[in-house]
This record gives sequence, structure tokens and C-alpha cells, in this order.
Amino acid sequence: MISLSEIDTTVKRATKAIGFSWGIAEEVGKCIRTLEMFGLPGIKNLNQYYKVFANKKFQNVSLIAKSNISKVSYCPIISGVNFLDQIHTLQNLEEIEFENFGFPILFIPFLSRSSEIIGKRIFLKIDDKEFLLNFNQSIFSNYFNKNVIENANIIKISFIENKDSFSDQDWQDLYKLSEQTFVEETDELKQKAAGAGLTDND
Amino acid sequence: MEVKLRDPKIVMKLSKLGSFHQSKLSFLRSFLKEFSDWDFKRDLFDLDENGYGKAVYSLKKNNKIYSLVCFANKLSDLERSDRVIATKWDAAFTLHDGIPTKTDIERLQKNVPKQEVGRLSYKELTLSRANKSIRIFNYIVECLSKGKQPDKKKVFDVGYLYRTTAVYGSGKFGLADRFRIKNRNEICGPFRLEMMLVYLVRQFTFDQVNHIAKQKNPGRAVELDKEICRNLGIGNSTGLGMAPFIVNHPTLLNNWIMSREMSLKKIREIKNVKNQDAEIFKDILKKSLKNISFWNTESEFQKKKIVGLYKDLKKLIDFLDKDFNFKKDYPFNDLYLWCEKNLKDECIEYAVSTFMEPYDDIINPLIYQMSADEDKYFTIPTQKNIENLRSIIEKNYSEILKIDFSKEENNKNFWFISKNKEEPRLADRYKEQGAELEQPLAIARDISRLYQRISKIKNSLSVGKFLIENNDLRHAIRRVFISEFFPYSEIQDNTIGSKLMPIDMLRLKLSFFGAVKFDPRSDKWLRICMFQGAPLPNELQSYDSGWIYNSIN
Repeated sequence: MISLSEIDTTVKRATKAIGFSWGIAEEVGKCIRTLEMFGLPGIKNLNQYYKVFANKKFQNVSLIAKSNISKVSYCPIISGVNFLDQIHTLQNLEEIEFENFGFPILFIPFLSRSSEIIGKRIFLKIDDKEFLLNFNQSIFSNYFNKNVIENANIIKISFIENKDSFSDQDWQDLYKLSEQTFVEETDELKQKAAGAGLTDND
Repeated sequence: MEVKLRDPKIVMKLSKLGSFHQSKLSFLRSFLKEFSDWDFKRDLFDLDENGYGKAVYSLKKNNKIYSLVCFANKLSDLERSDRVIATKWDAAFTLHDGIPTKTDIERLQKNVPKQEVGRLSYKELTLSRANKSIRIFNYIVECLSKGKQPDKKKVFDVGYLYRTTAVYGSGKFGLADRFRIKNRNEICGPFRLEMMLVYLVRQFTFDQVNHIAKQKNPGRAVELDKEICRNLGIGNSTGLGMAPFIVNHPTLLNNWIMSREMSLKKIREIKNVKNQDAEIFKDILKKSLKNISFWNTESEFQKKKIVGLYKDLKKLIDFLDKDFNFKKDYPFNDLYLWCEKNLKDECIEYAVSTFMEPYDDIINPLIYQMSADEDKYFTIPTQKNIENLRSIIEKNYSEILKIDFSKEENNKNFWFISKNKEEPRLADRYKEQGAELEQPLAIARDISRLYQRISKIKNSLSVGKFLIENNDLRHAIRRVFISEFFPYSEIQDNTIGSKLMPIDMLRLKLSFFGAVKFDPRSDKWLRICMFQGAPLPNELQSYDSGWIYNSIN
């Protein structure tokens, strides 16, 4: 089995070899490592992307907008790096859309890392495939196929505000149950058990 | 009194880093301490009369077991090479996580002797190979088989029976990734499992030499004297492969150096030094003179350094005996300032290492701060602006900005990865081909380029927007922001200049391993010794923590 460390190093070198800078190569190494660790087909998609890279033109997005449309497929690496670099301003846009996106699986780890930076979950939809990116700790998805996805027609990204996924009642019910581990105090215990607070005017 | 940390712009110069010595912070000493209550066992020893075959050694505590699996092979003198281009070795080793099954050993037998071209699994943690020291291995076998002990002088001049030529870990060749072990309670700092492998290999070398002697003359052979064993370590031959590590791991480098600098600062801040602690320190300095007299090298560069160290150490001891009083306030501060004024770097750094010896209470907490969560600082804070970037560069890289990279001498070399062995190499940019494939290790030059590039950029521009058109310097920008929080993360020198001594980079790393007897064979590779003087495995329960200064005494 190839170790994650080998994946990181080899991806970094391959990315430099294809023409990206060392700094970007470092990012891609980390990202493919993340994809493989989460069980998504990073190596397979990257390998195929680099095979077509020399003969096919990809669009390099600079400043990412709410809606990004291109006749040429967006490059997942430049889009990913710029998304990461611009995440502090992008999070103010509720939803971001890309039309015509090359090798979208490769875009996922950049979003996953962005989720960690802003401390918000990110919901990603690649055509009909859904991904919930949880602070770069895990990726929840309805996509389990290990195949290469060469292109996506529509990519939608939305930032999920930090709020509870349950109702107040759900919480109250659970809290009440937890109270059964508490001990009812006598008046004397109320005075003494905390170990402080009896003579604080010193 | 508060003593300031030493200035990174001085400490992080390569000539300074290349004068570092082992200390209580060194990984092999920490390893011995942390594993001293583990049970050592030789589980398998299946060697033929010539010492070829396999062996397994283990360290065990509660339900946790680490096993060294050894394969000793026949190797002709013509095939023996310490260079990384070698494909066969006298012995090959791996540290297995747990007890290896018969199937594991069969799998390992097919792969471990092949080293870089073999494949290991996540069940293996470290990998290494070693060659016999021909100078003494056969001589010792000969002596033991005749029932006598070898000449100590002859043996200690070399200092080891075997020399490793590489020790791999952290996911190389399929080995377990670091994330699989980093949270284990027994792994308290970097390189512990590499140290474990080397330490257990040392025991294998003693068992093998005894075994061959016994097979040769069963009636008369004796075992190698335990005191001689204790004063033999494991040699190591190290080339450029190690050098890029300290550039590629800036936060880790910082944490190693910071621990050393913090310990010096805290020791200098001790107001009253106990008599007993002063005596420990002075005793170690005196013992060091003998150790240094056994430090042999053919390298003129190193010979000068050793002679200088010996002279300076005598000067320091004389000063302590005649003119210094430990009863005054803050004596280590005064002593350090005297060292800076009167001694050269080689001895100043030796003194810094020996200052630590009496102070477990200061050193022990720092040992736990020598690992690094590198991913935490990997992401560039792109919301910051060019003014932030510029001020960090001006503050942390002012020495580097003085280097004129338009001069050929300052651009002389480039680092590359050899196609032949996938190992780092250094070549002359103006004579050799391949500079376009240069590795990103010319940090000083790239920081200088970055500083020039931002000179005409508006202060308020965000780093994120600057990066859109300047991703060629992305790696340098990342480092600048790391240096904001990690002052000792950067070598404050030119790693591609004509005056570069790459062995300074190797020595820095090896000093933190705990290596001694640096013996440069050129400006690009050197030999060292590890664990010389260390307790044997059955002595680990109780040993003198200053063992490294007791060897050959």
C-alpha cells in the first residue's frame, strides 16, 4: 500500500513537473493526501487530469465571483487554490456557482480546507452528487463511485451557518435525562461541598 | 533577572548550527529514558556458522510490543558500499509494530534486504541497513574465538561494529505514516522509533559477533566483554539526503532549536546554583576532554574544529578551577557571557549542551515540546496584507536581505533530486545541467526575490490577491508567515552560495539525534557514532543518565 506521505511527495513533484509552481505543488500534495485519506479517488482523478492537461485548455479563474461561467472548463487546481486564498471574502457570498468545471473531485479538498479556515461547514453539489465538508475533519457524501469525473456542468457551493441541527425540545429531553446523574444536596452540602466561597471578604 | 533568548540571526547561521553537539534534549537519550522500563527480549536468533540468517528482538510493556526484525546476508568486500547507490548490505532491519507472524517474517525477508526497491506495510515503522566495520569486525571475531578480548584502543578508535547507511521512517517505501503513531503515549517526541531501531541493531551486532566466534571455536571462544560492548555504538554514514529535511520542516526545526534556546535561557536565569549541580557540570566537562581525544577524523576541516574545541575546553576548565565562583548570583549567565567572549562556536555550543546536564527539571518539560503539528501552520493567512508580509520579512530576514543574489558566487549551487536514487543532490548551476529542475531549497534567494517583488506593491493589498499573479513565490510566502510564530524556523544563511558547507546542515540534525564523533568525509557526507557508552538493554532499568560522557573513561 502506498503511504500518505508517499502520495504527498509524489503528487507534489508531479504537480511541479506539469508546470505549476512549487508553492501550488505543495498545496496539491496536501489536498490529494486529504482526498485519499477520506477515501475519495484523488490519485485517479489527478492522474487523468495531468494526462489531458498538456493537450486541453483549462480556464484559470482569478477573482471568484458569485456566478462563474466559462466556455472552457475551469481548472480545479487554480480554482481550488484561489478559492482557498479568497475564502475570507467568499464566505460573505451565500452561494457560489461554477458552470463547466474540469475534474471537480480535485476541487473538493480545497473546499474542505476552506471549511476549516472559516469554521463553517460547506455544502458542495457537483451536478447530482452531494458533499458536506465538515471543517476538514470529514466529508459526508452520497457519492461512493471511485471513477474519474472529467467534467461537471454545474457546481454549487453554499456556506452553512453554525446552528444546531436539532430542536430546543430535543435538547431539553436529553438534558433532563442527563440530570439523573446529579445528586440532590443537603443544606450543609450546599454550604461546604464546593470548597470555596464561604469567606470571600478577605 | 530575565535573560533574552539568543538572536535567531546568530543562532541560525549555518556555521553556528554546524557546531551543535548532542545534549540531554537529544532523541537517543530521550528514547533510552522513555523506554527504560520496557522489557527487552531476543525472540529469535537463527544465524548460521557465518552469522547469516534472521533474528528478532523486542521491547515490551503491558500489551505494547515493538519488534526489530534483522536479516544478515553474505556480502563480498567488493559489494560493500556505504553510498546510497549500494544495492546490498551486510544486514537489513525493520521495526515491526507488534509481534511479527511467520507470514510477516517471510514477507519481510523478501523486501527488507532490498531496502528502497522493496515494499513495506503500515505494520512496519522504520527501515534500515548496515555494513560491518571491516576494520574491527573480523578482528574481534578472531580475538573472541581464541578466547581473548580485543585491544580496547583498536576497538574504541572505530567505536562500532556496524555502520548504518540510512534509517527510514514516516511512510517511506510503504512504512506506516506518522499519523498512525504520533498520538501513542510512549512516543514522546520525534524520531523515537528510528532511535529504537538503531539501539536494537546495536545489540544484534554484539550477538552476531559472539555467535560467529563461538561457531568458529566452540571450545575456546569467549563473549565480548560487557564493558567493551557498552563502549561500542552504531556508526552511521550520512550524505546529502538529510540536508533538505531541516529546510522542509520549518516548524519542527524551530521546536528543536527553541527547546535548546529555552533551556539555555532558563539555566542562565538560575540565581543560586547548588554546589552539587555545579560539580555535575564540572565533572562532565573534565570527562569530555578524554572523549574528545578519541574523536578521530581525516578531515582537516573537522581536525581544526576538534583541536579548537579541546583547547577551548581546557581554557574553560582552567577558568572554572581558578577564576570562577559558582556561589555568586546567576553564575551560568556569567559563565555563558564569558564563553561568548573567550571561546569559539564549537566550544560555546559544547558548553551550552553541558549546562543542561544537572537540570532534568528544566529539560524534561522541553523534551515534550520538540514535535510539531506542521499542518496547523501550512495554510497561508491570505487575509493579511502586503504591509504585514513586508514587516515580517524585514524583521526576520534582515540578514538574508543583505545577500546580493546578482553575484554568481551567491547563486553557485542548486539542489536537485537525482533520477538515479531519488535522493537530494547539490550541483554547480554554471557547470551542470538541470538547474531548471531546482528544488525549492534556496530559501534566502526566494525570500530576497519576494521582498523585491513586493517593493512596489500597495501596502493594503491582501496577500490573497497578491498571490493571484505571484504564485511562483507561494512557497516563500508560506515560510514568511510560519517565521512570524516560529523565530528559529529558518536557516539565516545562503543554502546555494559557493561557501556553503552542506555538512553543517547534516550536523545540526545529527546533533539532535544524539550523534557524536562527527567525521566529515567530504563537504557533503560524514560518519558519526550513536549510542557509544549507552547502557545495554538488560541495564536499562537503572543507568547513569550522563552515560554519554562516561564512555571510554
